[in-house]
Amino acid sequence: MKKKAILYLNQFFGQIGGEELADHAPEIREGLVGPAMELNKQLGDIAEVTHTIICGDNFMGSRQEEAVETILGFLADKEFDIFFAGPAFRAGRYGSACGHIGKAVKEKFGVQVISSMNDENPGVEMFKKEIYIFKGGASAAAMRKDVKAMADFGKKILTGEELLSAEKEGYYGGGRRHQVWLESEVPATERVVDMLLKKIHGEAFQTELPIPPSDLVPIAPAIKDLSKVKVALATTGGIVPVENPDRIQSASATRWGKYDMTGMDRLEAGAFKTIHAGFDPAAADADPNVIVPLDALRAYEKEGRIGSIHNYFYTTVGTGTTQGEAARMAREIVEDLKAAGVDVVIMTST
Amino acid sequence: MVKEIEKAGFTIVQMANLIPVAKTVGSNRMVPTISIPYPLGDPSTPKEQQWKLRYHRVGIALEALETDINEQTVFKVKI
Repeated sequence: MKKKAILYLNQFFGQIGGEELADHAPEIREGLVGPAMELNKQLGDIAEVTHTIICGDNFMGSRQEEAVETILGFLADKEFDIFFAGPAFRAGRYGSACGHIGKAVKEKFGVQVISSMNDENPGVEMFKKEIYIFKGGASAAAMRKDVKAMADFGKKILTGEELLSAEKEGYYGGGRRHQVWLESEVPATERVVDMLLKKIHGEAFQTELPIPPSDLVPIAPAIKDLSKVKVALATTGGIVPVENPDRIQSASATRWGKYDMTGMDRLEAGAFKTIHAGFDPAAADADPNVIVPLDALRAYEKEGRIGSIHNYFYTTVGTGTTQGEAARMAREIVEDLKAAGVDVVIMTST
Repeated sequence: MVKEIEKAGFTIVQMANLIPVAKTVGSNRMVPTISIPYPLGDPSTPKEQQWKLRYHRVGIALEALETDINEQTVFKVKI
């Protein structure tokens, strides 16, 4: 039996109209509208597009919560195995809309979501970590090609075929790492020496662990008077209560913890230790304050140099942890910091 | 992590041994530490000396939080 797919389009590609109709409220139609026909064709025997959702770009842009909620409502009683959005080419609002709805659908229904955008589309940076976004053309001239890329990958997912790296498949890397077996079977030691030799000789080489380029965040303002503020301690050095109650992983962590140090002058050995697998734990186990400097910060609190210390410190393990996971954990920690009324943070990294 | 926390509006300082890594991932206020396994206290030195170093460097971190900066900044430590 064919699998079921649903496609999201904006008002333009949904054949409602142009810019003047960008406030068009979300609607769902049975069957195929516009690019849904090509998508349906490309999905072939594997899947069929059962419904097309259409929403004006400005509606999604300015009344996003309402739009997402309405669309999730449309989908609640539909059966579908995969969700497509776009292609959005270089249309910024459309790309962002595809990302917003794609992310919400993926979270709510647990299906994979595939889109396509041009690399200039701001939706790429915003959502490449959330959904699959294929590298698409600048304009609708690339429609057929972009739809085919989305459909081909969708078929692979639906049939359980082996998925290759982001680069090989043609989507923007989301910063997730997967272990892969190389067909060449050349061991890592030989590959790294080859790379090093190439580097020494000034030849081109391909890293196996690309680090996404960094983008800086605006500098937070200086806090002129610390004597009134609440300071939180955080670490990626894996300091936890000795029983590691939240089972934070020793490497490639996906979990973080917060632990109470109310009334403690220092983190005592025997009560706390490190579970970080990236270094010799002896020093930190003997004195956890070398990683989470509670003792020194308490001294500053007693002197009145700072207002107070947040009763909990935050901790995870930074080795092998992807930037994507780290960012997600940090966002979760941020919610907690806000709720606790923390003003500033000291993060120690190992 | 530092970047996400700063993005949310918190003034944050990162104490790290691998300053180039901290820079690359986008920390704005950085204070160097002395090693990876023991960032703030060398166990081969007397406790008193470890304490002095830790107290000093945490103090620099507090100064970093109080300092206006225009670009990514590594704050200088004395011990």
